[in-house]
Amino acid sequence: MTMTTTPATGVRSPRRDTRRPPWEERPTPGGQAAKGTILFVVLAVVLVPLYAVVLTSLSDQESINLAGGMVLVPHHLTLESYRAIFSNSLIVHSLLVSLTITVVGTVFSMVTTVLCAYGLSRPRSFGHRAILMALVVTMFFSGGIIPTFMVVSSLGGYDRYWSLILPSAVSVFNIIVMRGFFTHTAQDLIDAARVDGAGDWRILWSVVLPTSRAVVAVITLFYAVGYWNSFFNALLYLPDNGKWPLQMIIYTYTLQGNFMPGTGAVSGQHLGHQALAPLSLQMAVVTLTLIPILVAYPFVQKHFTKGMLIGAIKG
Amino acid sequence: MTWRMQIRRDRTLLVMTAPVLVLLALFAYVPMVGSVMAFQQYSVYTGFWESDWVGMATFQQLLGDALFWQAFENTLVISAVQLLLYFPVPIALALLLNSIISGKVRSFVQSVVYLPHFFSWVLVITIFQQMLGGAGALNSLLRRHGFEPWDIMTDPGTFTYLLTAQAVWKEAGWGIIVFLAALAAIDQQLYESAAVDGAGRWRRLWHVTLPGMRAVIVLMLVLRLGNALTVGFEQMLIQRDAVGRDAAEVIDTFAYYYGVVNNNFSYGAAAGLFKGLLSLVLILAANRLAHAFGEDGLYRR
Repeated sequence: MTMTTTPATGVRSPRRDTRRPPWEERPTPGGQAAKGTILFVVLAVVLVPLYAVVLTSLSDQESINLAGGMVLVPHHLTLESYRAIFSNSLIVHSLLVSLTITVVGTVFSMVTTVLCAYGLSRPRSFGHRAILMALVVTMFFSGGIIPTFMVVSSLGGYDRYWSLILPSAVSVFNIIVMRGFFTHTAQDLIDAARVDGAGDWRILWSVVLPTSRAVVAVITLFYAVGYWNSFFNALLYLPDNGKWPLQMIIYTYTLQGNFMPGTGAVSGQHLGHQALAPLSLQMAVVTLTLIPILVAYPFVQKHFTKGMLIGAIKG
Repeated sequence: MTWRMQIRRDRTLLVMTAPVLVLLALFAYVPMVGSVMAFQQYSVYTGFWESDWVGMATFQQLLGDALFWQAFENTLVISAVQLLLYFPVPIALALLLNSIISGKVRSFVQSVVYLPHFFSWVLVITIFQQMLGGAGALNSLLRRHGFEPWDIMTDPGTFTYLLTAQAVWKEAGWGIIVFLAALAAIDQQLYESAAVDGAGRWRRLWHVTLPGMRAVIVLMLVLRLGNALTVGFEQMLIQRDAVGRDAAEVIDTFAYYYGVVNNNFSYGAAAGLFKGLLSLVLILAANRLAHAFGEDGLYRR
């Protein structure tokens, strides 16, 4: 079985011509109305919940009481929740953990992925078929959660930050996609560089990478989002909330409804029934995890169609 | 050229692949070998090398465990429902988007529907809980207008549909990318000739568009079938306690709870190994199916 990555059939972007071709019939009013309605519903289903989350995070307790939960109509806006979360050491620390893990992890993943993708992208190099097979096998079969947990624990990963990075640092799929791009780098450019005396490091850095900006941007985003969103590794390996990333904070204090330390919430009247952190505060934490994604998104979005390839394995 | 000379020539390339190989060796291959602990009576006190071998005993226990079969059945049912209700959504959305003439509207809709793909499951479920949960926006609306509230987030009866709705919300938008690419690759001349021959828009959809998407649809179907036993581990894990084990236990959560939470490592590993092997069979079978349809699938024959 040999591996090739074929670019998705449409590296060409969808038809750019904004005129209706002459042979196409005029749209019917009914059809247009139906289409418009469906599009409107689709957009609303995605955007309304996000709007409600952000608005609730900016609302005071009175607005929340008035709305009976999530706020959909702005009543009284305040930045109080944001002031509260930035003076909460648990949340600030988890934000720092998430940011650090994301930056360090993404750099590490990108370096290893780019090197490996380039190392496997030169035609007829020694052993690249066998190495590629070794990589692909891990996509089809895995030892499962328990043995992985045992291995990471016995390597000392329990209660250590590296357990959030190393066990899932490389995605074979990303390597294969990137390798597909690298193999399609114009061979004459590479040959010319080689004639000029450039070695593989030089060629990778000055020829291959500059011509592969789209795929590098998209895969960087994939890795960064993966680290930013990672939750299970923290659940598995980090028992202590002093080390948790943001996602674990949301999981524990919003989804599971546990009492959040240091939020000033008073205990309820019943023994053992503790008041939750105010909803606006919870939604402020949720908004906090949305922000980096919303900020990074527009820069990378234009590369999606070009950078997305179908890594097809052909034999 | 002897292989020694080849290694000398390509040593830089080999060195470049080394970090990934080390990582995969440690975190993919060692666990693969380690999954033979399913044939042990593994104990943390004695460790892997000293634990007793028990052969197939753990598997026999597993295959006689009603809770395991419940998890197995839940996995298959959830997979089947998602195949029916989730799979067509990105295709339909792609067709709809492709029919929008205005480039601006199209790229705006695209950027909105791709967005939830980048949210974590924790975030998506939080958002669902706040919108549809017992104290969420929908129920406070229902209560205010004198209707009975319905806590969708903890209702085992409709849980499969809730999961599907979450999957559609998070992934269906992103799923259209591959179909849009397939649509863009269809030769526009085919549409023109079909139109000249008198085919209306529905006949063109049937005779030009769908055949043009066939290869990608089959590929996606193969991937889906091959992953039939993987049904969003984090998604399940997060909601398992709220909905209850009867409806929300799948093979992955079963392995996790027995292995990590209850420290019955061999039992969890056995469930994981069972799933891994069965998944491998499914992937190969799904590819066979693709070949039978005359398509490449994941790899060519």
